[in-house]
Amino acid sequence: MRVLLVDDSVTMRRIQKTQINSLGITDVIEAGDGEEAYRKLNENMPIDLILLDWNMPVMDGITLLRKVRTENKFQAVKIIMCTSESEKSKVVDALKSGANNYLVKPFTPEALKEKLGI
Amino acid sequence: MDVSYINPFISATIECFKKMIFTDVTPMSPSLKNEPFPTYDISGVIGLSGEAQGSISLSFPQDVAIRVISSMLSAQITEKSPELIDGIGEIANIVAGNAKRGLSKFNLSISLPNVILGRNHVIGGQSGVPTIIVPFNSNLGFFSMEVALKTR
Repeated sequence: MRVLLVDDSVTMRRIQKTQINSLGITDVIEAGDGEEAYRKLNENMPIDLILLDWNMPVMDGITLLRKVRTENKFQAVKIIMCTSESEKSKVVDALKSGANNYLVKPFTPEALKEKLGI
Repeated sequence: MDVSYINPFISATIECFKKMIFTDVTPMSPSLKNEPFPTYDISGVIGLSGEAQGSISLSFPQDVAIRVISSMLSAQITEKSPELIDGIGEIANIVAGNAKRGLSKFNLSISLPNVILGRNHVIGGQSGVPTIIVPFNSNLGFFSMEVALKTR
């Protein structure tokens, strides 16, 4: 499984990468904003999963999510929002925009594993 | 004056430290800050906007901040590690984001985090908006939270 990990915080990326690695997934590509993520998504297909932060500079997560979901070539890519945005309205917005699942930070490796269904 | 809006921030701080930093933190008595006065050495600040406006900051002595981020990463960092500033900003972001769940009536948006460095720096608030300070104790040391929120 190849994962694109998108978060503007280098600390969160380090933590989440460790969590992902602990699940036996080692093919992890990182991006610090939506624009960089979109470029890396195009360069590194097939990507199976995007773990996507919401609040980021340059291009935020919900904008990237909507952009990706307009393109047929990315329809099979699973997207999980991983964000501190915890309100129900945000969760609904993300799911309606095409996110497959939603995780509120902080989360445990077990919670991530459950959302991944592995 | 109703300052019950402080409670979601306190709960979010306790939850964040428990899950991310593997530490129990204890809030102490909140107090009202009428004039700017020095905080600690490193502060993560998040702006809040929507039906209410203001900010939340978490302020740490440098040695406590280093212990907090080292615990968060399960790896020792130093005062020069990039994760120190980034991590303090991310903790403020997570606390603000989680507190929003208990403040949905304000329909708040949160800014990207800013981190302020400098011994005994002062965080000024909006004029006429009360700032509530909540000190926290933990086995990693003391830190404080300041919340200034202008509600209708």
